[in-house]
Amino acid sequence: MSEQTFCTRETAWCPGCGNFSILDSLKTALTELELQPHQVLMVAGIGQAAKTPQYISANAFCGLHGRSLPPAAAAKIANEALTVVIDTGDGDSYGEGGNHFLHNIRRNVDITHFVHDNQIYGLTKGQASPTSATGHVTGVQADGNFNQAMNPVLVALAAGATFVARAFTGDRKQLVEIMKAAISHKGYALVDILQPCVSFNKINTFSWYKERVRPVEGQHDRQDLMAAMQLAMQFDDVIPTGILYQKEQPTYHDRHPVLHDRGPLIDRPLQREALQAAFDQLI
Amino acid sequence: MIYTLLIGGAAGQGIDTTSALLEWQLKKAGYAVLTSRDFMSRIRGGHNFILLRFGDEVIESADMALDGLIVLNEESLRLHRDSLKPDGFILCDTDIESDDPRTIQLPMADMAKELGNPRVAGSIANGVILKLFGLDLDYSEVVLRQQVKDQYIEINQTAMREGYDAVEQRYDRLNADFAGHMLVSGNQAVALGALAAGLRFYSAYPMSPSTGIMEYLAGQSKNCDLVVEQAEDEIAAINMALGASFAGVPAMTGTSGGGFALMVEALGLAGIAELPIVIADVQRPGPATGLPTRTEQSDLKFVISAAQGEFPRMVIALRDQADAYEQTIRAFKIAERYQIPVILLSDQYLGDGTKSVPPFVIPDDEPVKTTEVETPYLRYRLTEDGVSPRLHPGQTGHLVTSDSDEHDEQGMITESADMRNLMMEKRMGKLDHLRTELLEPEFTGDDACDVLLLAWGSTAGPVRRAVSELNQADGSRYGALLFGDVFPLPVQELMKRAPRAKTVINVEQNYTGQLAGLVRESCGIACDRSVLKYDGRQITAAELIQKLSEEA
Repeated sequence: MSEQTFCTRETAWCPGCGNFSILDSLKTALTELELQPHQVLMVAGIGQAAKTPQYISANAFCGLHGRSLPPAAAAKIANEALTVVIDTGDGDSYGEGGNHFLHNIRRNVDITHFVHDNQIYGLTKGQASPTSATGHVTGVQADGNFNQAMNPVLVALAAGATFVARAFTGDRKQLVEIMKAAISHKGYALVDILQPCVSFNKINTFSWYKERVRPVEGQHDRQDLMAAMQLAMQFDDVIPTGILYQKEQPTYHDRHPVLHDRGPLIDRPLQREALQAAFDQLI
Repeated sequence: MIYTLLIGGAAGQGIDTTSALLEWQLKKAGYAVLTSRDFMSRIRGGHNFILLRFGDEVIESADMALDGLIVLNEESLRLHRDSLKPDGFILCDTDIESDDPRTIQLPMADMAKELGNPRVAGSIANGVILKLFGLDLDYSEVVLRQQVKDQYIEINQTAMREGYDAVEQRYDRLNADFAGHMLVSGNQAVALGALAAGLRFYSAYPMSPSTGIMEYLAGQSKNCDLVVEQAEDEIAAINMALGASFAGVPAMTGTSGGGFALMVEALGLAGIAELPIVIADVQRPGPATGLPTRTEQSDLKFVISAAQGEFPRMVIALRDQADAYEQTIRAFKIAERYQIPVILLSDQYLGDGTKSVPPFVIPDDEPVKTTEVETPYLRYRLTEDGVSPRLHPGQTGHLVTSDSDEHDEQGMITESADMRNLMMEKRMGKLDHLRTELLEPEFTGDDACDVLLLAWGSTAGPVRRAVSELNQADGSRYGALLFGDVFPLPVQELMKRAPRAKTVINVEQNYTGQLAGLVRESCGIACDRSVLKYDGRQITAAELIQKLSEEA
């Protein structure tokens, strides 16, 4: 008995939160890709965005804060038949999970990473996140954030990611298309989704983003890394959105002799003869 | 009869290869073998040694009364000559100054140079040792084939022959029957146990002295169909293993205490999300970086209580290489059956040390996957024994949800007080069932003992040997309980034997007597005395006997 369509459940998000748009777009993207709920594994860490897997009918692994990437990559390694999608926040992905962010780009496991980037910590009620602008005043950063904002898409490009996109919750049509392309991409795909936080970020509001975002579709060669980096660096009066970079490159599975073309790891039986041979070598 | 050799030198001088060649030739010749490795945390220089014991009986303990001292530098000679038995020998190069009449000096470096490769000096020494102990060179080729690249086999064989011809036999060839045994390190035994249990995913960050597990598994990866992933840190290592476990493959990670400290939060995730995982902690002296390449048993209290909150776990201490294999298989079974984390406590002495043990046997039974469940499928269905049917995502049409938040039967976040109680009771209740299959500690010694020793993990061998020697002398009668399962602590044997003994003494490689504390907490039995050692070196049977007699 399996559910045929993706359903959403009652949420605990603030009215007007950008997460609603992401959840809805995700449901549309998965449906349009003709996936079934049991084929999809949603993974998250902790945070408001990280509740997304709880609100859509699919398999879900809601782990620890900052630790969405390691279990997501390993689940895909264990069972390549799963479509593995991470939905989690900027703090989870770039702050607590920053190390995993860098190294999973290097792994290039075929998983998709949607980062709900509202440039603020929501669950803990409004502290600076790694993407908060310098000078952003919060309860903790009372004199304004001293630190520079991280540019996640630029970092991802520099680290060698094979799919890097920037999206905005206010452009649902573009978001759905980017999501579909990211999920279909063979390899690690990062989509940094700009979203307002209606409760705790009074600076980067819906209209703040709306005034700045500029879709790049049709005007940008997404195989051009240098052009992608230039677009990634723009985050001021103009914020380019769209698929900034995409490149086909061997995935973790392609490079791994145990995984490549040999079917899901989960289906492999105990290799008795090989093990006995290992024993015999020690006699 | 057991002979004891010490091979000492600076890091980088090749004592590891020299020892490996020798221990394998001795094993192939039928001897029982036991080695322990005493290394400094450096790649070049310093002083390292390998203690190699061999003989015609089972060898339980390291021992520092040396029959032979093979030294590659003067420091090794200076540090160890006092441990040499009066009739022992020293083997060294003519370069090394020695006024000891027991010295056999050969120009091994020059001989090696003349053969065309200075690195084969160790094989010359190897040939000398084989001759002294009445062995032949029959196994040199097969062992060289295992240990060195093909192009170096011939020159090493020639070197062995030169050493062999340079001396006369000195010791009797013993008639030993251990040729059919396996020669394995503790780390290899853990790796092999994991493979036999169906391991498919191992992720770890390199950390002495646990790296040997990862290295061995990586070597078997292609043949045995498993993925070995070197993670970016220990946090990733355990979270990856948990993701793989959730997806449905037997998964494991391994580390030492410092890495385990980083894994602690995810240990709790395994607890609340009810994910099976096996974690090997190959202990070394702490805290922090401590003594990175040495041995200790000081993580017991840490691993039994690591992580916030309360959840069921099991901790098994490994007693020797054979036990390491069996208990690793059992750890996977228990982790799967109860959906809990199982921690294996090994240490540097056991992990790096090799021992000849009866050949391992692959168990017949393979893990059976659940596919049929009641509908609607509830991942955390409340059941009588607390264990819910575990499906894997994508393997059936059912959806599987795991959460690090407190959750309801479906895996959805809940803050209900009633559900919290039910879930706590479900998870903790699994321990009641687990307790029924705990393994009592092994008892060794005199049933009517006056002195009862308590020990755990890798000190089992030295304690067993000490008890046997003590009971051969007049005076007090000794017995010992050697714990493998340490958490939950099995107490039946303790409750039976401790009240009958006049003195109960805990023997541990730590400062605070961690097992004694756990015993007192678990069943109210207080130890009368302790033998504690925390200098990073494994206690030997001889040392234990001495300490017991000093304090008596």
